[in-house]
This record gives sequence, C-alpha cells and structure tokens, in this order.
Amino acid sequence: MKALEVGLPVAALAAALLLFGGFVWLGGASPLETWTILFKGAFGDWFSWQNTLQRAAPLMLTALCVALPARAGLIIIGGEGAVVLGGLAAAALPYAVPLPGNAIGTAILCAFGMAVGAGWIAIAGALRQYRGVNETISSLLLAYTAIAIFKQLVEGPLRDPKTLNKPSTRSLAEALQIGGIAGSDVHWGLVCGVVACVGLGLWLVFTPGGFALRVVGGNPRTAQLVGLPANRLILLACALGGSCAGLAGTVEVAAVHTNANASLIAGYGYAGILVAFIARQNPFAIVPVAILFGGFGAAGSLLQRRLGLPDASVQVLQGIAFVLILASEALRGVDWAALGRRHPAAPAVAGIAPPTAVSSASDA
Amino acid sequence: MTDRPHDSSRRRALAQLSAGSLASLAPWAMHPAFAQAKSLTVGVVYVGPRDDFGYNQAQAQAAAEVKKMPGIKVVEEENVPETTAVQKTMTGMIQQDGAKVLFPTSFGYFDPHVLVLAPKFPDVRFSHCGGLWTEKNPKNAGSYFGYVEECQYLNGVVAGHMSKSKKLGFVAAKPIPQVLKNINAFTMGARSVDPKITTTVIFTGEWSMPVKEAEATNSLADQGVDVFTMHVDGPKVVVETAAKRGKMVCGYHASQAKLAPNAYLTGAEWNWLTAYKTVIEAAQSGKPHPNFLRGGLKEGYVKMSPYGPMVSEAARKNADDVKAKMLADTFDIFAGGSAGLKDNKGATVIGAGKTIKQTDVELEKMNYLVEGVVGSA
Repeated sequence: MKALEVGLPVAALAAALLLFGGFVWLGGASPLETWTILFKGAFGDWFSWQNTLQRAAPLMLTALCVALPARAGLIIIGGEGAVVLGGLAAAALPYAVPLPGNAIGTAILCAFGMAVGAGWIAIAGALRQYRGVNETISSLLLAYTAIAIFKQLVEGPLRDPKTLNKPSTRSLAEALQIGGIAGSDVHWGLVCGVVACVGLGLWLVFTPGGFALRVVGGNPRTAQLVGLPANRLILLACALGGSCAGLAGTVEVAAVHTNANASLIAGYGYAGILVAFIARQNPFAIVPVAILFGGFGAAGSLLQRRLGLPDASVQVLQGIAFVLILASEALRGVDWAALGRRHPAAPAVAGIAPPTAVSSASDA
Repeated sequence: MTDRPHDSSRRRALAQLSAGSLASLAPWAMHPAFAQAKSLTVGVVYVGPRDDFGYNQAQAQAAAEVKKMPGIKVVEEENVPETTAVQKTMTGMIQQDGAKVLFPTSFGYFDPHVLVLAPKFPDVRFSHCGGLWTEKNPKNAGSYFGYVEECQYLNGVVAGHMSKSKKLGFVAAKPIPQVLKNINAFTMGARSVDPKITTTVIFTGEWSMPVKEAEATNSLADQGVDVFTMHVDGPKVVVETAAKRGKMVCGYHASQAKLAPNAYLTGAEWNWLTAYKTVIEAAQSGKPHPNFLRGGLKEGYVKMSPYGPMVSEAARKNADDVKAKMLADTFDIFAGGSAGLKDNKGATVIGAGKTIKQTDVELEKMNYLVEGVVGSA
C-alpha cells in the first residue's frame, strides 16, 4: 500500500508529461526539447533549484492554511485574506510601536503578522461553529474583504506620501528585513515553510491534540460523544492555518517588498488551495507538492523564453498534471491482485502505469 | 518620483547619448562585453499577456520590431507577477539566456526588484518602463516613459467634436498621478472644443479587472455618456462594451481599432520602439546606459491611432492643428490661461498666466481632477 502512496502521483505526473509532450508536438514544438527544458528550468542546476525553492516557499505556508482546517473537517479557501492582512500587519506595526532593530524586532513582526492571520481565519471558523455559516463561502468573502481593507489602508492612512504612482506603506527599517540564506537568493521563508509543515505534521500524527483534531475532522459527533471540545479544536485549526498564511504575508513584506503594496496580492493564498488538495491535506506531503509547483513555475519561465510558448501552455501542463494526480486517487482502493486474477489480459488503463511499474518507480 | 526637475535630467541623458567621449568616464562602459558586442540578447518581461490589446501589447509590438534588428536576439516572458518571480525571470534571462539588456516593463518591477538585481549584475543594462530612475539608483539601471497625456488631450479634442450628449466617460484604474494627468488632459482637450462638456470618471481600483470595467462602462452609458476612453491595462473590455452599446471610444496604450472599427475614433498609443532602440544602440556601441528617457509626440515616444472613418472633418482639423503645435513645442496642456485652471472643487490649481511644462516634476504629483470632471480623486 505504501508503494501506491508515492507511486500513483509519480505515475500520474509521468503521464501528464507524456500528454504535454503530445500537446506541444501538435503545436509544432519538439517534445524532447520541451521535456529537457522543463527539467533544466526546474531542477537543472543551482540557479534552477533556487528558482524552484523560492517560488515554493510561500505556497507551503498558504497550503497549511487549507490543510489544517481540512483535517478538522473545514474547507477554508480564503487564505489570501490572511496573507495580505499578515503582510499589512507587519508593515503597519512599526507605525504604532518602536521595534528593536534586530532579530527580536523581526520576530515580533512575524508574531504580529501570524496573530492577525490567525484571527482572520478564526472568524470563518467561528462563523461556522456558532452561527452556522458555510466556512468555504465565508472565508472566500472574507478574503475579498481583507483585500479591500488592505487597499483602503495602503492607499489611505498608511500610505507613504513619497510613493506617488505605486501606493505603498513606509518601508521597514533595514534591520527588520529578512535576508537570504547563506548568500543565496532563497530567503528564510523557505525554512519557515518546511519547519511549519514538518512541525504541524508531527503534531497531527504524534500528539493527543493532533489526534483529537483528526477525530473532530473524521466525525464531529463522535468527537463530542467522547467529550472532545470540537468548537475549540476547530477554531484552533483555523487559527493555526491562518497564522501560517499570515506568516507567508509577513515574510513577503519583510524579505521581498520591504513594504506593503498591491504587489502582495499575488494569489499565493489561492495557489495554496491547489497545493493542499494535491497533498491530500497532509502537511508532510505539502513540502514536495509545493516544490513541484515551484518547479512548474520555474520551468514555465524557461519554456517561455526558449521556445516562445505562451504562458498558457505551462498552465495546460499544470492542469493536466493535477487532474491526473487527483484522478489517480480513484485507483487507490483497487485490489490489483484480484483484478489480475479475474482478467488475466486486462489492458493497462491509458495514462496509468501498471502495478509493477508503480512499485518499481517508488523503489527507485 | 525624482527630486530634481525632469527637464535637466532628460537633457542630460540625451546629451550623454550624443557625447560618446563621456563613455570613457564610466568604468563599466569599458567592459569588453560592450566593446565587442556583435550579437546582443535582449530580455523583455511583461506583467500580463502579450496580446492584451493594451499596455503589454504596446511593449510586445516594440519587442517584435526589435527582433528584426540585425544581431539582436529577444527572449520574452509574459504574466510575470511583481514578486520574486520577476527577479528570477530577470536572473534567468541573464544567466540562462545571456541577456545583456533587460526591459522589465511593469511599473512595480522597479522597486525593489530591479534595484536588487542591478548591483548584482553590473555588466547588464536594466531599462524599466515608468520613469522612476533617479541619480541615487544604480548607473546600469534606467527608466523610460512617454508623455502620453498629449495624446489623451488630442483624444479629448476629437471626443469633444463627436459627442452629442456632451457627456464623456473615463474608466480608470487608480487615482494616482499618472492616471489623473490623463483624465485631466482628456477633459481639457474636450472642453477646449466646448466648455459645457463634462467627463465622468469611474475608478475600478485595479489595473486589470474586466468585470468592473464592463460594469463601469455600462453604468456610464446608462448615464448618457456617448464617448469613452480609459486608463486600465487592457482596454479591450471597455472598447467592446461601449461599441456594443452603440457608443464611441478613444483608445489607449495600443490600437483597439480592430475590436470596434465602427466605434473607434482614434487613440493614444505608446511607441516604445523609440526608447528600445535608443537603449539597445547605446549598448551595442558601448555608450553609457541612457538612464532617463522621456518624450512625447515630438520625440516619437507616443503616437495617435489613425482616425476612424466616422470622425468629422472639423474634428480632424482641430486635432491636427493642436498636434502640429505640440510637435513644434508651442503647446502646453497644463496652463492657467487668462482665468486660471480650477479643480472640480473650485480651487485654483494653476494660477492665471502660469504654465507648467510637461517636463516639470510638479505634474508628477498631480492629486486633483480639473473642472469639468465628475468624480473624486
């Protein structure tokens, strides 16, 4: 069964690449060249790796904003709101409080951004638990509200009057900004993302709190019967997820933009939804899936420049890949051995590798 | 934007171009890569799709012309957000494709992204669209922009002649100086024809938000507006919606004539090839990087779309006359005239007899809408 865990998505990915090869071939490009460029662009050398990892960093955090509430049984899709408000909070805090110009100041910024993100997503959780409002809709609408608040403040009271044509808040002091890791372009947001994914993954699997959360997600009525505080646990899951997205926004401000401006609204929160679903809401799986996502972005960049393909072609590849990965889930419960006995000559389903290939792929 | 008058910096940049001897003063200009540059790779980065009938298409049209120049290879990437993604794209163009000249064309690419990369790659020339470069910025970075408000003024003149309801509509993205300048120029052009004309403006709040742009156009049409123009990244939606409602439009960024041949009066277009060529030729010949490039109709940075067949003789003649004055440098849009220029709240913003040249940095801080504009900045 373990072989299937890794084998199915890998086989689906391979099938997607094969289909994409056919797609570009129809458009007149060489599939072989396309595959080479895709690999080179995403994982070919140190630059490509930096490119991929940097694109992956914010997605790990925003995916957690979907995955954690999902483990508690909620479908939250408004992470974008927590991202922009987390970023705004980090940029706004120095307006109100003088911060020490060192790592402690940066830590306070991050904590504040996380708190604001946590509070925002917790609203969606509370609306559901106490007022019966569908959390999927409310979190999405809250994201629009957050973006409106963000713009109102950035273009109004918090605007740095020197920013004429691109309204922004004042820049963070240099001492508060987050730098790259060991001279590379990859900033500490990646470390935050990996630590958060692994930490929260361990918490879910190995602690009573994590277990209780999964029980609530599995069957809230059972959870209440055995005396688990379902409401509190659900709010906790929302707050934890929101704090991750808030941190993503804070890191974008402190490591990239240095201030809050409209460039922060880049859709990281929405991309995180896809990452979380592909990772089947498993925090550990979010890390490789986010890297795969980052890889698509990096590879797409090179593909555009080398072959002159439009950006849409990369989205086609992403689309094929994720549809196949999700569709391959349907094969999870299949008893391959029994199938083999009943239909000895059953042809392999198009695009899905036969079981032998699956197990060998995962062994490699 | 810059704390010096544009006037002097522009002249200085142009002077640098002609005075090649100054090149030896800049150490990076001596770099062998420039001295013996035969084949040159140029990278162009767009924030949206290349075929958006608007901002990005105007840049892509220039890039397509650059491709035809001998010894030039162009690499392009579209839909690049203003995040670290654009830093990665530019670094990729430099390291993977060997680009020596980059045109990051979106306003938000400059700070922090170009400013972060320029010091890291001192032998690469960054030419950013938006006019933000100042003396404090790296010498291998620079910016180019055009006085497109000249064309919006001419749009206004044509619209003023063609409008029957005397109500014009402007669908705008954000109330920032660049946009306000266009709204004001358009309105002043129209009111030079008939002072009774008003322009109603709706801000969508986003550079690209097709749904709101369509809503704004429909709402303005319902209010009796019969000529539209816009300042959003992709004017396609406004043009098509207005045409569908049987109204007329003046285009922006690129020509949208193809989208609505029977409604398209004329349009304010960029002509970025002028800037691209100046930057590339300097790179090829090893001259210093032109840091600050600006120009209007006269310098060939902007141009008008050809008049549509429905534009009246009187409108053509009036617009052509003003254009001739602009080309002769004897016309200033933002002038107080005999009574002073008022904003739409009644305050005088430019005193009687006072004239602000288009190169004046004061215009970059514009925060008002002139008399005749319905709406608030």
